[in-house]
Amino acid sequence: MKKLKLVMIGNGMAGCRTLEELIKLAPEMYDITVFGAEPHPNYNRILLSPVLAGETKFEDIVLNDLDWYRDNGITLHAGKQVVKIDRKAQKVIAADGTEAQYDRLLLATGSSPFILPVPGNDLPGVIGYRDIADTETMIETAKTHRHAVVIGAGLLGLEAANGLKLRGMDVTVVHLADWIMERQLDGTAAGLLQKSLEDKGLKFLLGKQTEMLKPASDGRVGAVRFKDGGEIPADLVVMAAGIKPNVALAKSALLHCNRGIVVSDTMQTYDPKIYAVGECAEHRGVAYGLVAPLFEQAKVCANHLAQMGIGHYGGSVTSTKLKVTGIDVFSAGNFMGGEDCEEITLSDPTGGVYKKLVIQGDQLAGAVLYGDTADGAWYFQLLKDRQSVAGIRDHLMFGQNHVGDVGHAGQNKAAAMPDDAEVCGCNGVCKGDIVKAIKTHGLFTLDDVRKHTKASSSCGSCTGLVEQIIASTVGGAYQPADTKDKPVCGCTEHSHASVRAAIRDKKLLSIPAVMQALDWKTPNGCATCRPALNYYLISSWPKEAEDDPQSRLINERAHANIQKDGTFSVVPRMWGGLTTPAELRVIADVAEKYQVPTVKMTGGARVDLLGIKKGDLPKVWEDLGKAGLVSGHAYGKSIRTVKTCVGAEHCRFGTQLSMNMGVKLEKMLFGMWAPHKVKLAVSGCPRNCAEAGIKDVGVIGVDSGYELYIAGNGGIKTEVAEFMCKVKSDEEVLEYSGAFLQLYREEAWYLERTCHYVARVGLDYVKSIVVEDAARRKELYERLLFSLQDYEDPWANAVKQPREYTALEAN
Amino acid sequence: MADWKKLCTLEEIPRLGSRVVKSPKGDIAVFRTAEDEVFALHDKCPHKGGPLSQGLVAGKVVTCPMHSWKIQLESGEAVAPDVGCAHSFAVKLEGGAVWIAL
Repeated sequence: MKKLKLVMIGNGMAGCRTLEELIKLAPEMYDITVFGAEPHPNYNRILLSPVLAGETKFEDIVLNDLDWYRDNGITLHAGKQVVKIDRKAQKVIAADGTEAQYDRLLLATGSSPFILPVPGNDLPGVIGYRDIADTETMIETAKTHRHAVVIGAGLLGLEAANGLKLRGMDVTVVHLADWIMERQLDGTAAGLLQKSLEDKGLKFLLGKQTEMLKPASDGRVGAVRFKDGGEIPADLVVMAAGIKPNVALAKSALLHCNRGIVVSDTMQTYDPKIYAVGECAEHRGVAYGLVAPLFEQAKVCANHLAQMGIGHYGGSVTSTKLKVTGIDVFSAGNFMGGEDCEEITLSDPTGGVYKKLVIQGDQLAGAVLYGDTADGAWYFQLLKDRQSVAGIRDHLMFGQNHVGDVGHAGQNKAAAMPDDAEVCGCNGVCKGDIVKAIKTHGLFTLDDVRKHTKASSSCGSCTGLVEQIIASTVGGAYQPADTKDKPVCGCTEHSHASVRAAIRDKKLLSIPAVMQALDWKTPNGCATCRPALNYYLISSWPKEAEDDPQSRLINERAHANIQKDGTFSVVPRMWGGLTTPAELRVIADVAEKYQVPTVKMTGGARVDLLGIKKGDLPKVWEDLGKAGLVSGHAYGKSIRTVKTCVGAEHCRFGTQLSMNMGVKLEKMLFGMWAPHKVKLAVSGCPRNCAEAGIKDVGVIGVDSGYELYIAGNGGIKTEVAEFMCKVKSDEEVLEYSGAFLQLYREEAWYLERTCHYVARVGLDYVKSIVVEDAARRKELYERLLFSLQDYEDPWANAVKQPREYTALEAN
Repeated sequence: MADWKKLCTLEEIPRLGSRVVKSPKGDIAVFRTAEDEVFALHDKCPHKGGPLSQGLVAGKVVTCPMHSWKIQLESGEAVAPDVGCAHSFAVKLEGGAVWIAL
């Protein structure tokens, strides 16, 4: 088949990102030709400020080097400006006469600095701040001249001013409005920011309107004169008073333009063969002057160019972060508030911290942070997800619980960490490694950083820190992951929620059926989606759906925990933590017979036999099974253990028979697969020796009955379980706990612990079903018991079918 | 010269699964894809030596059970951005039997 021809005008971040996405989806569909007015390959425009400030070199901010164009068969015309689009003949013509035919045309012409219409605006020494050439001009000018004036105290203006100051110039920032960054900051935050920039040596003139730029005797610019008659010397004037989309070319081709080139939700212009992305495009009346929205636009545009025809762009919520070293300021959304908005503020002028959160209804509408922006990424996520903050309003101001407790030496503010501080304790990744990877590989998302550095890819405890580092390195270009409708993995566009719904509503009973019904992109999924699908199937349709062992990860497939040397560990179940001399004797015999190198107690107070060869597992289980010992499921996303204290059976303080209650719970839940591991504890009195306060379900005996706590967690981030209700009898403990766990099993996403599930849906929601709605509670409880009845010990089954455990020979 | 050894029947390897083969050259993982293609790799992940035979097979890729590196079954190469290679062995199917060249 003959390839289609795609021509792209503009060789910037939006266009190249679209090409990257397109090549991922349909590598063979197009012959691609790119015209770029600049004589460079695509570079990371948002890192020009660090280049100007002398913190980064130009070579380090190239995103796609010339090899990339060559490797992907892309013809690059760098330094050639397209001057005409002939829509009838479907070709573009460059200034030097180069022509290119297209079947599809992608406009990514970006934007230009807005140059004030004042006399003298064309003098030598008057520039915008947009590209490499501007940056180079500033660096060169700083070597020979003294006075710089930056017109416009927005994000770009301040970053330019800061860079010029660091390059040794005397810098004055002139601004029309009454406070700096008025589009991004309120007056208070702006005042604090101005003060710290003044401390760095910048001068500010606010409320000043420029009248003209006066030439010096050598013909270049010499001074700036204001409407009020004042005048200041200027050897260099940087116009940073805004940008305007580059639409001249599109207009000349009679494409419909307002401020930008008007595009639909599929990034298509009024000519269906022509698409536009990035700062030149206007979508639903908005032309974005930031980098962040282009990632979503690129994705949607590529999808349609690849003729897949799904995905639409619904606009972006944007955030701002100033990239001036040593200054932390962040804003997002409607930070000024207004009618029917409320504000929560924290102000500590001496400490240099100011935070304002704007709340509308039960949602966060905007945020301004100064001095401490560690929670910026979290607030932005809440904004973007439109998540209700009603339940967390009282501690919203004090930040998130996103950063885990351990693994990064107690640090919770990335900005305060030196480059050699370890961020990810699992994979030994330092802050400097992450910053370097972000810059050299042009990374913008958490997923990208995880892939390239491995940071935050194991236990996830440092995720919040890594997000902070991305946000502070790429500034406003940072896009938090879409947590709400995030696809399960790269194999599908469907979220966990929509996959669950489809399995339930269409009664899908096998993984191939799910993949077919939901148009999976890969033939057999991957190690992320298959285990999730398998769980959703068996939890939605117990006893009907197939449980596919090949879609379970090794521990669940082998019913034992794989260790770093490839051996396994075996943990026999001890109901409620109780055992007998006979059981212990068998365990001791097994340990000796199979030369188990390590015997220890697990965190859940069970015996762990470590270092067993895979081939020995069935024999070990056969021996253990003779004494009645069954699988302890220490390997599964399943019920693990019910930990108990001694309780009223022996303890002089005990009020309830906690061991007995624990055994009953563990027997009821035997064989319960869940989205993640599930741990319970029963304490016989409020002294809580079984540590029920950090369990998925914690039961605490009191004289008049039992208190039930849910959604605790003792792992990455210690979460204290929340009180759900109080019950009187053992039967009620079983019913309420069972109903809660069944609700979790039916509604949580795979790999979501109870604490994350309850944080997502809200404790009130859980209570409204499990505590207040007796009918639904009973239904849930019955569904749990139904799915668990007749569960067979997986070890006993494996003994009968040992193929998984036996090796072949080739001698 | 390749020394071909008969291993087992195709049915003895689970579809989308694998078997370990003990050989003079160390442990080898033999994989079977959904399309009944068979591949063999040295049973050691190039990352930290994890047993690839215990990984999850999808398409023509196995995900290592240790740290989730993805290894291509045909070449033994890690999927980018990870870099590394597990040695691969030639295998063939003849009359329902799986053969390996050592």
